[in-house]
Amino acid sequence: MSVETGEAIEVREGVDRETVETVQNMGSYKYGWDTEIEMDYAPKGINEDIVRLISEKNAEPEWMLEWRLAAFRRWQTMVEPKWAMLNYPVIDYQDQYYYARPKSMAVKPKSLDEVDPKLLATYEKLGIPLKEQMILAGIEGAEGAPAEGRKVAVDAVFDSVSVGTTFKDELAKAGVIFCSISEAIREHPELVKKYLGSVVPQSDNFFATLNSAVFSDGSFVYVPPGTRCPMELSTYFRINAENTGQFERTLIIADKGAYVSYLEGCTAPKRDVAQLHAAVVEIVILEDAEVKYSTVQNWFPGDEEGKGGIYNFVTKRADCREARAKVMWTQVETGSAITWKYPSCILRGEESQGEFYSIAIANNMQQADTGTKMIHLGKNTRSRIVSKGISAGKAQNTYRGLVSMHPRATNSRNYTQCDSLLIGDQCGAHTVPYIEVKNTSSRVEHEATTSKVDDDQLFYCRARGIDEEAAVALVVNGFCREVLQALPMEFAMEAQSLVAISLEGSVG
Amino acid sequence: MADTAVLSAQTPAVEGKARPGASALSARLEALDLPQGGFTAAARRDAAERLASMGLPGARDEYWRYTDPAPFNAPRPEPLSVPARDASLFSDIDRLTLVFVDGVFDAAASDDLSAEGLQIESLAAADRGADHWAVGLYGTLEAAGQVPVKRPFAVLNTLAARDGLLIRVTGPVSRPLHVLYRRQDAAADVVLHHVVKLEPGAELTLLETGGIGARSNTMLEVDLAAGARFHHISSKRADDAKLGIGHIFARVGEGALFKSFALSVNGRMMRNEGVIEIAGDDAVAHIAAAVLGDGDEGAFHHDDTVFITHAAERCESRQVFKKVLKNGAHGIFQGKILVKPGAQKTDGYQISQGLLLDEGSQFLAKPELEIYADDVKCSHGSTTGALDETAMFYLRSRGVPREQAIVLLVLSFLADALAEIENDELRDAILVRLDEWLTTRAKG
Repeated sequence: MSVETGEAIEVREGVDRETVETVQNMGSYKYGWDTEIEMDYAPKGINEDIVRLISEKNAEPEWMLEWRLAAFRRWQTMVEPKWAMLNYPVIDYQDQYYYARPKSMAVKPKSLDEVDPKLLATYEKLGIPLKEQMILAGIEGAEGAPAEGRKVAVDAVFDSVSVGTTFKDELAKAGVIFCSISEAIREHPELVKKYLGSVVPQSDNFFATLNSAVFSDGSFVYVPPGTRCPMELSTYFRINAENTGQFERTLIIADKGAYVSYLEGCTAPKRDVAQLHAAVVEIVILEDAEVKYSTVQNWFPGDEEGKGGIYNFVTKRADCREARAKVMWTQVETGSAITWKYPSCILRGEESQGEFYSIAIANNMQQADTGTKMIHLGKNTRSRIVSKGISAGKAQNTYRGLVSMHPRATNSRNYTQCDSLLIGDQCGAHTVPYIEVKNTSSRVEHEATTSKVDDDQLFYCRARGIDEEAAVALVVNGFCREVLQALPMEFAMEAQSLVAISLEGSVG
Repeated sequence: MADTAVLSAQTPAVEGKARPGASALSARLEALDLPQGGFTAAARRDAAERLASMGLPGARDEYWRYTDPAPFNAPRPEPLSVPARDASLFSDIDRLTLVFVDGVFDAAASDDLSAEGLQIESLAAADRGADHWAVGLYGTLEAAGQVPVKRPFAVLNTLAARDGLLIRVTGPVSRPLHVLYRRQDAAADVVLHHVVKLEPGAELTLLETGGIGARSNTMLEVDLAAGARFHHISSKRADDAKLGIGHIFARVGEGALFKSFALSVNGRMMRNEGVIEIAGDDAVAHIAAAVLGDGDEGAFHHDDTVFITHAAERCESRQVFKKVLKNGAHGIFQGKILVKPGAQKTDGYQISQGLLLDEGSQFLAKPELEIYADDVKCSHGSTTGALDETAMFYLRSRGVPREQAIVLLVLSFLADALAEIENDELRDAILVRLDEWLTTRAKG
């Protein structure tokens, strides 16, 4: 994703100055506008007919419909989990639209040229040009920026449907399949059948099961053996319609020796009524393959009184199924009124590796309960968790994680670091780690700290003429640095500005 | 895909064990000879109501995720052979001794209770009367400690305790008070409830050793007024702690100090719950444990579950838990620091470490922080692993035999927990015992 901050900043003398300027230049939630566009809605509520309708709209084969219906029947027997430290009104699952599609997408455009200009303009305005052009890497002069532009292929999901996918042909030349999941179900049923639900089973949890029944679109990636994906892939999720839930499903398969870096971005308009988002991301990684999955989650967080915002219930899991498979999750969670999200790694293959880098920022009335699970099943597996939680305003921010060393996961290693930063005396920061070690040769280390923005550091900045808000942004950026560095370049830029924006107004 | 079942839920849950129903609770209560109570009658009636509404815990309860409550839910314990009497850990220390046999206070075997600054009665004797200084305390701290987590066995204790000690301290007591438990009845199912009240500026050291019963449920309610200082050391050995659940519910007043240390050497199934509320400013609360578990003598399972609440400013809390595990032993630590809004300048620290001496042993930890104040310093750490091979190599290369090197490394691993004992004499007594035990083990 490129950074479109309105005006480009020519020189970067360092991350912090850039952040400071961004804070000064920008409003609070800059993606809060909506696109006026004619939509087709399925009737409100959820029942078997809605599930059938979604399947029919996507022209799915019978087996897919059966799979959805099985999930729906299971979902009806399940209860919403209440163990997270989240407080929100009861969700009326019948008071939602489960399918909303721009009218112009009734007949799927054959190429991007046929897509409704209004849709293209929406993405343009979000900074996601749906054109097959070089995307300039962030800001000139940034460390490690390649001299020439970089290509990023984009799958753009608008409410319930994929609007288009760029660079498909060029990717196809390399053997990489990158398309919407609805297309993959039709075009590559053998792959979808083999892998869909193999990491996150239909009955996994309340929200994943709901997603299995009603997911309308999402992205599909297959990288064949020995292939390094020639460009970064990204999906941009936009919720536009009111009272509409977005349920997307992403399936990524990295075959033996493959490599892919995948980016995910999300935004939504400012609305008074909370909206539901329940996604599932499944990643399958085979022998020697590697997947990097980076998210900048910037759903509308609700206003200062906690009105509106996205309720984000997401199940993300990567299965390092074979030897030396590697996965890296990086997330910057700044948006959403409610975040319930635990990107996890199943380290099944010997010597497989999982990493989780997270910045979760909760301001105003936001509540985040997020973390990861590292499940070590194979020998000599390694994992690393670095989590930075920042609470400001009246927000509650919880790290919840599991590190499990099974008896046969001998000689494995985990290192966990969770730090929390509190800004103001009305917010809360919580840590709930589960550490389960069932063999002797493995080593597990967990550290967590909670502190406030250091007075000495603030004083140092203030003494040099930096105003308080900018000084806090500076300190916070330093606090997050380890995670920011793990992000791909374009994301790191955006994430840095987001860190600053999310905290705006939390000081003084 | 054999593991998907294990991995499927977002939070792993123990499968297949439903919560015991009302009939299980009434069977549990029928097996106990419930006392009416004198001054405790109201507290017991209240406990009966609370217990009826919360029920007995099940293995699927989050709070019991690592320890199966079934042996505590069973109406009766399995009979347990009575061990030969052994010299007490503290026999060389000048102390006041109070003896319980099968959970009943034995006045004849105990020292004279009229020490200066000390008021001690047995619960059984005091509860014949309708009025007592402990009337506002008995079951009160326990009841206050039921939020946010339900602790049914603590409620059961308040309801069913037949004996215990009521200790009120008005000044400094120079000699430690030693509560010595003895077992004679192989089937004794003991429920003991102690109440300790330290008036402003009072100081007391309380020692507990010995086997309480075939199964035990103990409670120590401790109320510390401003500036009071309370030291607690308990020691459990293989024959002492076959099946037990121990509770400490403490309220720490302004500028007061609370310190508790527990040593457990083997045993079978122990659950210790510490619930400490730091209620006054500038107070200090430390809770620590050193555990040596060898599954060789039957399944070893040791669970420490601690909940420290900071409700005042400028207070300090420390949790230090060290567990050495071998032969399939299970060590559990569930610790929590809750910092309430306004509890500024809190300094909270928590460390839990497992040392696994061989394959098959497990260390399971859930160290939690819940913080609602910004000007605080809270940290926790948890590590699990085997003996440090580098340290071992260092010792071996200097001619220390392997067995001796293990003893040294284990003792150094436990050192931080032992350091929580302030009194040198008491700490040395424990160290000597530990060293002996480890050395005998290493040779065997």
